[in-house]
Amino acid sequence: MPDALAVRGLRKRYGSVEALRGVDLTVGEGELVGLLGPNGAGKSTLVKIAVGLVRPTAGGAEVAGARAGSRPARAALGYLAELFRFPGWYTADEVLELHQQLAGSRGGAAERKRLLELVALDDASKRRVDGMSKGMAQRLGIAQALVGEPRILLLDEPTSALDPVGRRTVRLLLEEMRGRGVSVLLNSHLLSEIELVCDRVAILLGGELVAAGTPAELASPRGVELETDRGTELIAGATRGDVPRLVADAVRDGRSIYGVRVLTSTLEDTYLEAVGGETA
Amino acid sequence: MFVVVILLTLAFLFLFWLANHYVFTQLDQISPPADVHVDTRTFAGAFMFGLALFATLFLGVVLAVFLTIGVVSGDAERGLLQPLVVRPVGRSTLLLSRFLGAAAVCVTYVLTVYFAAMLITGLTGHWWPDRIVSPGIELAGAVVIVIALSLLGSVVISSTANGIAVFMLFGAGLVAGLLGTIGHALNSHAVTHASTIAAWALPFEALYQDALRMITEKASGLTGFLLQLGPFGGAYVHGWGIRVWSIGYLVAVLALALFAFSRRNL
Repeated sequence: MPDALAVRGLRKRYGSVEALRGVDLTVGEGELVGLLGPNGAGKSTLVKIAVGLVRPTAGGAEVAGARAGSRPARAALGYLAELFRFPGWYTADEVLELHQQLAGSRGGAAERKRLLELVALDDASKRRVDGMSKGMAQRLGIAQALVGEPRILLLDEPTSALDPVGRRTVRLLLEEMRGRGVSVLLNSHLLSEIELVCDRVAILLGGELVAAGTPAELASPRGVELETDRGTELIAGATRGDVPRLVADAVRDGRSIYGVRVLTSTLEDTYLEAVGGETA
Repeated sequence: MFVVVILLTLAFLFLFWLANHYVFTQLDQISPPADVHVDTRTFAGAFMFGLALFATLFLGVVLAVFLTIGVVSGDAERGLLQPLVVRPVGRSTLLLSRFLGAAAVCVTYVLTVYFAAMLITGLTGHWWPDRIVSPGIELAGAVVIVIALSLLGSVVISSTANGIAVFMLFGAGLVAGLLGTIGHALNSHAVTHASTIAAWALPFEALYQDALRMITEKASGLTGFLLQLGPFGGAYVHGWGIRVWSIGYLVAVLALALFAFSRRNL
């Protein structure tokens, strides 16, 4: 089975600005990949090329084995744009019904009800879009992306307008999607969110992929912290593999051990190291 | 928006009735020189209805522009378009749907105002145009061409620029018609020829001129000549040629819009 998303040597130039400079990225079946990078790194351009909104200058992208932008590719994906709006006079239920028609979904009222429940909008199915808060509209956008049970979800800043409870709802939703085998490419500035839910992380900088891997692979060891009766001691450079020896040495010295912590860098540390503190 | 359009249209029709009422009430006071034979009722009726034809075209164009001015650029800027375009239904279907929707609204509107104006003139002044249906269809066709041009503009330029561009094209058509009138009055072949070329380049104007001519196609002599000078551009016979040309023009503009939209970054 082909990857849910495969991006090969992707380049995009807007006039004199090179937004993407030969990016390779894959999102496997049922995989949740986080896309990170400062403003202007090319994240949204990559996602827009994948969904067929933008034409690449060189290279290409495939969605479920079909050329990005083609009808089969569009049929396989669900997309939430960074900036989107639905007609204000539509109710939440009507928005989903419209997208069911456009996506050729036969889920009917049952699908709409299930999706609104998933994003905690089941009480607002008859509410018009122009009467919704920003967070509600964002959650409706996520529900819209899920219409037709897509094989891959491409979400561009899905939690930017959400409060902590809304973010948690989306996080749980993403985990549920992964459980159902849906692949997700999550473009977000929220490192903690990415770290919590993503199987793999890709970091873009200046249109190039500068780091990629699982959060564990990207994290680097920062030492081991031993909590003993003589206080807390940091053994810099030590790794998880050194823990048995460090504990044995401490016991041999007659110290009582109350706790051992293996310290690794956070995704934030890795990210800041990768982008060099750059922002646009 | 539709409430505003309906209210303005009702206001226009009321004023148009008022004008007809006064013109036809005082028709016997119009006294051309004794050696000039002008059928005053035909002249007044055709002139008034010709004015209504222009007003109908203008109102139809305004409605068309407001319905289509930002179909692509405007909706993309507001984020309305992206969630729709990524669906399997595709860009061509979306654009053609918007075209058909706008065309259905505008054609209904133009025909309604056209027949309402005709009824007002007919019932008030007991004058009816020589052709009843065809001028209305040509007028509606003219507005459909403007819709296609506006859609094409919305793909390649911003909403504001598109609105300005479409009204400038409409104005250019109007000027071409007035140029033709001047050329006709001066019997200048060169000016009339330039006007004809401009009208065919902007076939909504040629359709309007053809519709204007059809309402008095049986008028002859000095009455016919004066009416040919027409209000807001002359009345000229373009015949089936302009109808076939207009269909080809419409198809070409729509094809260009679809091609441009298929390649546009959103």
